Amino acid sequence: MTAAAFEVTQPTTHEENPWARAWRRLRRRKGAMVALAVVVLFIAMAVLAPLIAPYDPIKTNFMLVRKPPSWLHWFGTDEVGRDVLSRVVWGARASLSAGLVSVGIALGVGVPLGLLAGYAGGWVDTILSRLVDAMLAIPFLILAIALSAFLGPSLSNAMIAIGVTATPVFVRLTRGQTLAAKVEDYVEAARAVGNPHWRVALVHVLPNIVPPLLVQASLAIAGAIIAEAALSFLGLGQQPPAPSWGSMLNVAQRFIAQAPWMAFWPGFAIFCAVLSFNLLGDGLRDALDPRHK
Amino acid sequence: MLSFLIQRLLQIIPTLILVSMLIFGLQQLLPGDPALIMAGEERDPQVLAEIRHQYRLDQPVPVQYVYWMKGVLSGNLGESMRLKASVGSLVREKLPVTLQLATMALLVALCIGIPAGIISAVKKETLLDYGANIFALWGLSTPNFWLGILLIFLFSVTLEWLPASGYVLLSEDWKASLATTIMPAFVLGNALAAVLMRHTRSAMLQAMGADYVRTARAKGLVESRVVLKHALRNAMTPVVTLLALEFGTLLSGAVLTEQVFTIPGFGKLIIDSVFNRDYAVVQGVVLVTASVYITLNLLADIAYVLINPRLRT
Repeated sequence: MTAAAFEVTQPTTHEENPWARAWRRLRRRKGAMVALAVVVLFIAMAVLAPLIAPYDPIKTNFMLVRKPPSWLHWFGTDEVGRDVLSRVVWGARASLSAGLVSVGIALGVGVPLGLLAGYAGGWVDTILSRLVDAMLAIPFLILAIALSAFLGPSLSNAMIAIGVTATPVFVRLTRGQTLAAKVEDYVEAARAVGNPHWRVALVHVLPNIVPPLLVQASLAIAGAIIAEAALSFLGLGQQPPAPSWGSMLNVAQRFIAQAPWMAFWPGFAIFCAVLSFNLLGDGLRDALDPRHK
Repeated sequence: MLSFLIQRLLQIIPTLILVSMLIFGLQQLLPGDPALIMAGEERDPQVLAEIRHQYRLDQPVPVQYVYWMKGVLSGNLGESMRLKASVGSLVREKLPVTLQLATMALLVALCIGIPAGIISAVKKETLLDYGANIFALWGLSTPNFWLGILLIFLFSVTLEWLPASGYVLLSEDWKASLATTIMPAFVLGNALAAVLMRHTRSAMLQAMGADYVRTARAKGLVESRVVLKHALRNAMTPVVTLLALEFGTLLSGAVLTEQVFTIPGFGKLIIDSVFNRDYAVVQGVVLVTASVYITLNLLADIAYVLINPRLRT
């Protein structure tokens, strides 16, 4: 055997880590990388709000009512003289925490239930699947509004309502992925060597179905940010005077003729955050898909 | 086909029962005694006992559910405490307004989404394609209540072309009705146009690479005929079924749009009921919306089988 032929038949000793490969592919997508930078920027804005917001977001000043954008107040002031920029910066906290917490709830409840339905099968799967069908039969926003209405208007209840409403999608996705994974050779092998079912499900199935869940989570965060803004806009989320982009739009609507800047900036912030999570989700989908080389 | 229809109809029965259980279960989330909430300022124990008896709150929850379902099945969705009217009559009064809005939104979405999808696929990787994709991303990421406010500022406040709010019945004055609904319809249809554009583009790209399109070209047909007659007709199958599903989404999107433009439809009814703690109306509206949604799902499945001859056998 020649040296060249030997080189060809040699197995690769340094297989690239799948996560490193996904990161390398993600970096090649400019749109996704810009989106990631914007997401990081929003997170930094939410965390550092007390340090970077130029004014107190809830302190009123009746000498500064509805002032247009200026060097002192870049985004102008609102109907009670509060700085709009400071409220947009602080509003990032409500919107991003709603996005992250509600998707955290949906993942925390949906993934174990989907894993159970897909792995156990039988009557457990039938009951859970019918329940998911029933929840998915009620349009997302209508169910979130109804849940918020019965739980009472507040940011934490809005997060619970959005989280519960987003759960069925994760149950269905996890179940489908588990059904596909549990017939794979590595799962059969894990079962054959005597691993208990819980260990096979948690150690062998779950890590292999993470990529599609990650993609769905990033897209769900975009949906949750819009849903929180919608609930706050309707008065069912963050309560005044605490700032949130949705509740700022609710007030701004009444002053659109006199102070259009009050409506422009919070809406633009929602648009940028949602667009970034959507682009990041699309980028992750391509980067984590093994069909894309 | 008949067996498919029967099978599909049988499948929706357990879903409907579970949906009704979920909606009835919402009432159990109410903190405290519902009778106290219904009584408002009144704290007389005799009045409270009467309310509990009247609404069967003194019975076990499963019994309450059975009574509620009996009412629902006989067309009685309950009574609005605030408006002193049956929930059924309120739904009948408000639903046509929302249906008009949703239908107009659907037309807006069709007029924008499908041509944009076709152009994007035919002119793949050109400036037109990039433009259409940017439009789709914009549509999917713009909160419709923000877009509504911006359009009110532009067309009502600045240009004074269209009314900022209100609603006129189509039967009363069709011109005024169109003037009051065109902006909300655009706002509501914007996101759907983006979804339609993406689906049409992807279906068209698939169809344009198919053998029958290559054969049509080889026969010497002009490109416009190849695209519009051969590729588009086949690409529309998944898009048509998507429309039935998305019509249900439009009904829920109407909640926000009606709130922004003060349109007295289904969405406004649910929000007003939420703030007035009119829980029977909330339950009724959610139940009707879910039933419409399930029916549209069923119609989408049937349409898919009817359109696709390979699934008919």
